[in-house]
Amino acid sequence: MSTHTFLLNGKPVSVDVDDSVRLLWVLRDVLGVTGPKYGCGINVCKACTSHLNGRAFNPCSVQIKDVKADDEITTIEGLADTVDTELHPMQEAWIEYDVAQCGYCQPGQIMAAVAKVRQARAAGHEIGDADFDEIRNICRCGTYHRIREAITAAAAHM
Amino acid sequence: MSDVPAKGGHSGRRGERAPVGRRAFIGYVLAGATLAVAADLRLGAPAQAAVASVPQIPEVYDLEDLQTDAALPTSALIKIVLHEDGTASFELPRMEVGQGITTSMAMIIAEELDLPVDKVRVTLAPARPELLLNQMTGGSNSTVSMFTPVRVAAAIARKALLEAAAIELGAAVTRLTAKAGVVLTPDGSSLPYGALASKAAGRKVKAVETELKPASGYAVIGKPHGRDDARLAVTGRKKYVMDLQVPDALPTMVCRAPTLNGSPVSVRNEAAVLAMPGVTDVAQVDTGVAVRAATFGQCIDAVRALDVEWAAGSVEGESDATVLARLRKAELPLAVPKIPALAETVEADFTFMFRSSAALEPNCAIADVRADRATVWAGLKSPIVAQGDIAKAVGLPMGAVTVHVVTGGGSFGHKLFGDAAVEAAKVSKAMGKPVKLMWHRADEPRQGRVHPMATSRIRATHLGGQVLTFEQRHTSVVTDFSHGLGEMITATVDRLPGGLGGLAFSETIFTLTQELPYHFGLVTQLLSETDGRFNTGSMRNIYSPDVACANELVIDQLAAKMGKDPLEFRLAFLKKERVKAALQKVAEVGRWGRAMPAGTAQGIAVHSEYKGATAVLVEIDCRPEAVNRKIRDAVTGPRVTKAVIAVDAGLVINPKGLEAQMLGGVSDGIALALTSSLHLRDGHFLEASWDNYFYTRQWNTPPEFECVVMPSDSEQPGGAGEAGVAASVAAVACAYARATGTVPTRFPVNHGTVSFDVKPFVPPVPASPTDGLSHTY
Repeated sequence: MSTHTFLLNGKPVSVDVDDSVRLLWVLRDVLGVTGPKYGCGINVCKACTSHLNGRAFNPCSVQIKDVKADDEITTIEGLADTVDTELHPMQEAWIEYDVAQCGYCQPGQIMAAVAKVRQARAAGHEIGDADFDEIRNICRCGTYHRIREAITAAAAHM
Repeated sequence: MSDVPAKGGHSGRRGERAPVGRRAFIGYVLAGATLAVAADLRLGAPAQAAVASVPQIPEVYDLEDLQTDAALPTSALIKIVLHEDGTASFELPRMEVGQGITTSMAMIIAEELDLPVDKVRVTLAPARPELLLNQMTGGSNSTVSMFTPVRVAAAIARKALLEAAAIELGAAVTRLTAKAGVVLTPDGSSLPYGALASKAAGRKVKAVETELKPASGYAVIGKPHGRDDARLAVTGRKKYVMDLQVPDALPTMVCRAPTLNGSPVSVRNEAAVLAMPGVTDVAQVDTGVAVRAATFGQCIDAVRALDVEWAAGSVEGESDATVLARLRKAELPLAVPKIPALAETVEADFTFMFRSSAALEPNCAIADVRADRATVWAGLKSPIVAQGDIAKAVGLPMGAVTVHVVTGGGSFGHKLFGDAAVEAAKVSKAMGKPVKLMWHRADEPRQGRVHPMATSRIRATHLGGQVLTFEQRHTSVVTDFSHGLGEMITATVDRLPGGLGGLAFSETIFTLTQELPYHFGLVTQLLSETDGRFNTGSMRNIYSPDVACANELVIDQLAAKMGKDPLEFRLAFLKKERVKAALQKVAEVGRWGRAMPAGTAQGIAVHSEYKGATAVLVEIDCRPEAVNRKIRDAVTGPRVTKAVIAVDAGLVINPKGLEAQMLGGVSDGIALALTSSLHLRDGHFLEASWDNYFYTRQWNTPPEFECVVMPSDSEQPGGAGEAGVAASVAAVACAYARATGTVPTRFPVNHGTVSFDVKPFVPPVPASPTDGLSHTY
């Protein structure tokens, strides 16, 4: 056991846990932050997608010892605070387009979508079909088309 | 007015036409501190429409009717409570798994109660054994069976509130109106429902007669409404089983056998595993060796470290080929009666491979089993059956087992069974501690419920522009119906149309769901099942996706033989106007027949079930540049580039929710036709995660999608949750055949290629990766 410190949704946190425990379980089982979901544990389904220093990543595949004290982790619970509104534009669009069905994958979908819009802009274009085809997050309810519509709508407000 | 519950509400016997005008229904005002009202679930039986021509059984009595009728002998009530904060609450004896029934129930209550939808709180009822058969979520039956009882209860609540307001406001009740949760007098004075909730409360149970709003007066029903849990879902606050915090219920996982249904003999290194970081307990149960630890990550490490001696599984040495050979032996003969000598024949033989019905939320449950009682939290579509199974598994009376039903992260038929709930209870008992049990993803395709492998053979004959006969023989690995639907059939045997009572459960369900919607002369569709060694279940839409896919491919072949266009042919032979209308709609919206480049094509198909009709048009691109797209750990294959679906679901409660279910049905259909299957080799399924089991992904999704909700003059809702699948898989298959010029005979079409490295079977779950920081974006 050792103590690990990092920034979680804007606040410093400190946990005593073995070095090798993956961040997903530190969030869910130790800290009770349950927005990021387990769907495969091997970085395939992307249901746990969160942000590390503003970039999308999957905490199921990161050991806690690899998270640095000044690393800023943002989960779905902290997304709205990054824009200082009640909801992030991506969450607003998700509600407007009624994207969620069972909802299990949707925190990860939203976190991936936000990063994907930024990635497209950094590459000098607005998000489009080719970018959507690169999103790896699984939705077993098959809401993919509404996801595309919601991202397109949200991008206009980001 | 009657106070005899057994007669409540029915103005005519079943089978008669509903009388013209409004029917009176009886419900109850219950005793309570605030207004509580109730209605009997028996009110769910809709009047049957007369059918003119010689019908197939599902046209007069289908699975919906069976499920609805199964409720009739129960006297249990569903209850709505009004609260002093002006809200109404309702415990739904069904399970929400993403299909949107809590939202549609809130809309139905809001409509009849004249209360804003957001003031209606719908939660899931725990297992209520007194409901007997009436607490099963399946067969797209929830709205069909709940529609009338819920409205009756809400209407009685409204009436009681108006009567209480009349006393408070000193006005005749006939002069009062209710709007948006407020009772108003003509002179402008008003009282909100919250202020009336305790005043309207009953002192003893009282039967009350009421009428229901006519459809012409609907202000909420039929208008698009977002899901009631949308905000919770997008903020990460929606709670699933694994998000619940139950004291001392630590993460728990099971190390499972390397072959299907293998069981543990002994653990060779229990002490070493117990000494691992975080691990608190190791216990052997019939399904494997359970470990409990501080985190799931440490459970995964412990499962991987366990050294277990295993007994053989249920299908040692078996493969796709050996199972198919058993199916072939069980196939019933095609037996065309005498037909004219000049008649021509179309024959077809299709194979449908095993598929996993796993949702994204893996099997999971929390269990706290003590010496004298047990409490379980799980996503259960058949909680009363699960309650009984848990009681049996841990040796407690059923009344000592409390089962909380938790919103599920998807079901697709998977949550009809209490597998995880029963296993969690066994593990909790063995460890003497509460457990939060989760299956590893790898456990799901390898040991979880699957849709059975099946063959579908068809022989059709035609002469002079008419189809004379259409025979179908569907042969399947046994489908497990032990989740409650079987009991429903037993309980309703004497109501079933002639002869059905003698069939096995699965044959009965097949006969009650399969309806060939065409005028094809002599039609027979028979099921035979064999081989009960697999863990199967009713994957979304049960038999229909396979059956419809086979049928519609043959219909395209018949059309070709007769020199007719697939659309024109279907329109000429379809029986029902509503099916034709849906088909014409997708043809028009999807521009059927437009010029397409070689290697691409349109496909069109219909399906009729759940008291409704669906039609789907897709366009597919089978050119090399589409098929050979390279994406890491993925199957790209042919791309469905456009999908148009039209649905007639009778009276639509929430079009937005219905469209969502149709979108999901199309996504499922694409996967079933093109990409998703399990491969059985050497007694186990090869697939172990989503990089092996290829459900539809963004790169398989049609960039163009449109859903049309057909207008309907029906006063009864139809089923929606499963209605989009069958026509979708059929349309994709038809499009694929037209684009490639080859009719596939096995589904999914990519089954012949195992395009992944098979993950090890010992240990049974893969290692957790450590390189997540090199895959950020």
